[in-house]
Amino acid sequence: MKKRVLGWLADAALVLYFVFALFPIAWMVILSLKPADQLFSTYFSFSPTLDGYRTVLGDSEGIPFVRFFVNSLVVSVGAVVLSLVVGLPAAYASARWRFKGSENLMFTLLSFRFAPELTVIIPLFVLYQKLGLFDTYVGMVWVLQLVTLPLIVWIMRSYFADLTPELEQAALLDGYTRKQAFFKVALPLVKPGIAAVSLLAFIFAWNNFVFPLILTSNEAQTVTVGALSFLGGDRPKYNLTAAAALVSVVPPLLLALTIQRYLVRGLSFGAVKA
Amino acid sequence: MGWRLTLRPYVLIVPALLLTCGILYPFGLGLYYTLFDFSASKPQPDMVRLENYTTVFTQEAFWNSAWVTVLYAVGAALVETVLGVAVALLLHRSTLVGRVLEKILILPLMIAPVIAAIIWKLMLQPSVGVVNHLLRPFGLGGVQWTDTPTGALLSSIAVDVWVYTPFVAILALAGLRSLPTSPFEAAAVDGAGWWYTFRRLTLPMLWPYVLVAVIFRFMDSLKVFDIIYALTEGGPGDSTVVLQIRAYLEAIRFQRYSFGISYTIVLWAVVYLAAMVLVKHLGKIQRRAAEVTT
Repeated sequence: MKKRVLGWLADAALVLYFVFALFPIAWMVILSLKPADQLFSTYFSFSPTLDGYRTVLGDSEGIPFVRFFVNSLVVSVGAVVLSLVVGLPAAYASARWRFKGSENLMFTLLSFRFAPELTVIIPLFVLYQKLGLFDTYVGMVWVLQLVTLPLIVWIMRSYFADLTPELEQAALLDGYTRKQAFFKVALPLVKPGIAAVSLLAFIFAWNNFVFPLILTSNEAQTVTVGALSFLGGDRPKYNLTAAAALVSVVPPLLLALTIQRYLVRGLSFGAVKA
Repeated sequence: MGWRLTLRPYVLIVPALLLTCGILYPFGLGLYYTLFDFSASKPQPDMVRLENYTTVFTQEAFWNSAWVTVLYAVGAALVETVLGVAVALLLHRSTLVGRVLEKILILPLMIAPVIAAIIWKLMLQPSVGVVNHLLRPFGLGGVQWTDTPTGALLSSIAVDVWVYTPFVAILALAGLRSLPTSPFEAAAVDGAGWWYTFRRLTLPMLWPYVLVAVIFRFMDSLKVFDIIYALTEGGPGDSTVVLQIRAYLEAIRFQRYSFGISYTIVLWAVVYLAAMVLVKHLGKIQRRAAEVTT
């Protein structure tokens, strides 16, 4: 009997935490569906409307939100693709061979993950204006490497290290070249890992705020900065802010639910393997 | 053939190396800038050697920022660790409720921190925010969440906790699920109580996992920017001006580039030292955990 009561209490505590975790998201949904005149008059009873979304997606507040959304997509995908192209070979090389400088490079990459972003951004802010990269896709994709490259290299390295080298060796004995062994044997085996780490890198690139805040102004601005613009003005429009916030969290949330199994390794940079 | 074999790893790593250099270059440039008095009003700067750093260290504003940063990082990491491990232990019981909830555990973690801060800003608004509305029946309807120095700091830590507790919980849960079962079976046979088992077995073996999470969280919250920027912009007064916000204000708002970068270099050194100490500690803890299991 005592055990059963304790079990209930434990479940109740868990539910309590999840109320704290999920209420803000639910509240944003409610706020975003409220008509402007019922924002503060009532809290939980209102006549839902999609006007908030229409306004946000119709760019009618002078904030081109749809363009910011597209910008977020372009720079996040661009950053992930570039990181994959240069990161996968590096991850493979450092997992398969011990050579001079490989550890140093890996730890330099890891240190990017923990460096204060502004150390690099402030000089880039000056540099980009000279080079014409300020407020451009290229400039954003480049600087987002700080986020995506260490993640992709470290995690893929741990996946490659988990593969037994025997498979590739067998392929080599069968007359494959090194290149074929990599593309036809090693890569297909880590495909799920590549997919998961790409999505995770995409999420982190998408969620980044400080880079577009300082290195873009309008042309290449992203949703995270855009969503904040709705808070401006003397009377922030709560329903619009909520709608903008929700629209901008949809892609990362949907993707996150598909890569649950890989999250532990991804979030801990391969330090913890589930 | 021999030389080609030696060269191969280098060839594969060159693109990544080039990209790394592309990131190291602005970092080096930043270090170089800190030796000058470069600002928008002085585009032809003079060499001032280490003057920027001496100015930083003698400024009241710096020590205030450093203090706020440490409070924030320690507070956030501490609450997230305790709460995250508690949530993991509760989920580990694997009841029906737990299994359903576990699927949605990561949602707050995948929301951009800046968006999380926007969400909480709307909720914490004193007169029309939903939090005070819900507290009104309890006679607490007028709390000025982000308008008092203490309240602003606690509110921003709360947003951090909301976003990142799942991070600790996920790692701790992975740890719990990978623990060997035999020590627990032996303890159960000996009739050990829950608390004894937790203190003597679970916690020491779980520590390495938890510590990885703590290292990530502590080092990330030392360089917090997004949450503070969106929630309080460093206010009221300078009660929540953490180091990266101060650097932002100096470099971007007041356009004193050299001085702003000096702030971030000091922060970078602090993060680096903290990492060294923590990682050393992690090694010790891992060895101790290995002893418990054997």
